[in-house]
Amino acid sequence: MTTPATPVLRLESVRKSFGDQVVLRDISIDVPAHSVTALIGASGSGKSTLMRCTNLLEDIDDGAILLDGEDVTDPRADQDAVRRRIGVVFQAYNLFPHMTVLDNITLAPRRVHGVGRAEAEDRARELLDRLGLAAKAKEYPDRLSGGQQQRVAIVRALATTPRLLLLDEITAALDPELVGEVLAVVRDLKIQGMTMVLSTHEMSFAREVADQVCFLDAGVVLEQGPPEQVFGDPREERTRQFLSRIVAAGRLAPQ
Amino acid sequence: MTVTDATVSAEEPYRPSARRLAREAYRRQRARRSALIAAVSTGATALVLYLVIVNSPGWAVTRKTFFSLHFARQALPEVLKGLRVNLELMVVCGALILVFGLLLAVARTLRGPVFLPVRLLATAYVDFFLGLPMIICLLIMITGVPALRLTGVTTDPMVLGGAALVLTYSAYVSEVFRAGIQSVHPSQRAAARSLGLSNAQAMRYVVLPQAVRRVVPPLLNNLVSLQKDTGLVSIGGVIDAVYAAKIIAVQSFNYTPYLVAGLVFIVLTVPMTRFTDWITARMNRRQWQGGLV
Repeated sequence: MTTPATPVLRLESVRKSFGDQVVLRDISIDVPAHSVTALIGASGSGKSTLMRCTNLLEDIDDGAILLDGEDVTDPRADQDAVRRRIGVVFQAYNLFPHMTVLDNITLAPRRVHGVGRAEAEDRARELLDRLGLAAKAKEYPDRLSGGQQQRVAIVRALATTPRLLLLDEITAALDPELVGEVLAVVRDLKIQGMTMVLSTHEMSFAREVADQVCFLDAGVVLEQGPPEQVFGDPREERTRQFLSRIVAAGRLAPQ
Repeated sequence: MTVTDATVSAEEPYRPSARRLAREAYRRQRARRSALIAAVSTGATALVLYLVIVNSPGWAVTRKTFFSLHFARQALPEVLKGLRVNLELMVVCGALILVFGLLLAVARTLRGPVFLPVRLLATAYVDFFLGLPMIICLLIMITGVPALRLTGVTTDPMVLGGAALVLTYSAYVSEVFRAGIQSVHPSQRAAARSLGLSNAQAMRYVVLPQAVRRVVPPLLNNLVSLQKDTGLVSIGGVIDAVYAAKIIAVQSFNYTPYLVAGLVFIVLTVPMTRFTDWITARMNRRQWQGGLV
């Protein structure tokens, strides 16, 4: 059922509320294969909730989420099987503090995907090496810097060769120097053709790396399009306001 | 999940889609099926247990010696009278144990060379009373202390027995608290000290609240265990619930009073465990992000 036209991820009128508060009202986004989608918007606009729903960490109220054309929000879907195909990198890293870096990375390949220890560790070391962390394999996460921990978290998500990678404000907890090293990794992943959805406050980065940008506001995608259009010539007044505030905060160079 | 969206925008009121309704219908159907399966399997298990017990060769005799309504009626008031002793001991000793246990645990985690003797004493105390069998501790307290004939020191076996319980259980409980304190991540202490809180303040306001919360279930374990061990003071002649049952049992050669005493203890325990479950669940709901996994 996967034709070239089938998007890797498709959100159809997704709605999600917590109690009386509607966080996502009506969200529809297509993420084609080998493309990068950046979610931007103010804090609390629902970016993280959208990520959590995609990974089935939250139930959605209405609409559907399709992974490779298959409705993963159907109650009959095997949720673990869906999560096996999606890699997630969290804002706060969420590494397991009681395991070494190598064990963090090889946990899922070995226990979930049935890869042998030697093979899993070879792959982990190869990825660590690529991200400049070869020397840290035997360290524990708490002993690493924030940027190193976040890169380990990316390696952990990549170790199972996921179909889709979700990056939830992965640089929000990092200082600018470390932001650079993490974003460089994302840039490389894009070149290798990884399909990614990322939420970010790094507008310059979003403009550079994204194929499409979605501006979330009050639970809807207010504006959606290629970065040149959303950043360069926004149609909506709300988008313009948001971007001008971002420019004022020095997080996006004015054009 | 029901449709309770109060803040739907005025211009386009939200209507659940056919997809949502189908999904909810499917979930309801699954829930009904699960409930039915649970009911059937529970019923079947109960039936099998009942048949096995009732058809066992000794059931007639067992029923008379363990399930005699006559002796149960006779024993219940005596057992309840004795239960007062257990409850009093549990409440008083329980409170003291929590305080001493916490103090011991904190003493063992004190830093700095000045506190070395405190640490050593606390460690020695815990080692000693963890190892000493409860019954020996009780015998030493109940028979040994009066033998000293000290003036002004009570010879009441209930007080002395209670003291023995406190001595032993404080050691157990302090180990539980210590495990909780050590499970709090060092970054929490670092954050507290960085705000300028002293070591003691960091302990009091940041570490202990998290530690205590984590150890509530094992603490409850100890409390229930204490509730049952309060019966051991009967070796000093105090008539508690179990001892009251024993008196009737040996007079009548019928064990029903023991069963009554056992049931009374179970009835006491169940609300306690449900209450702590509810407390911990409520704390977690308020502090953690929810989610499906």
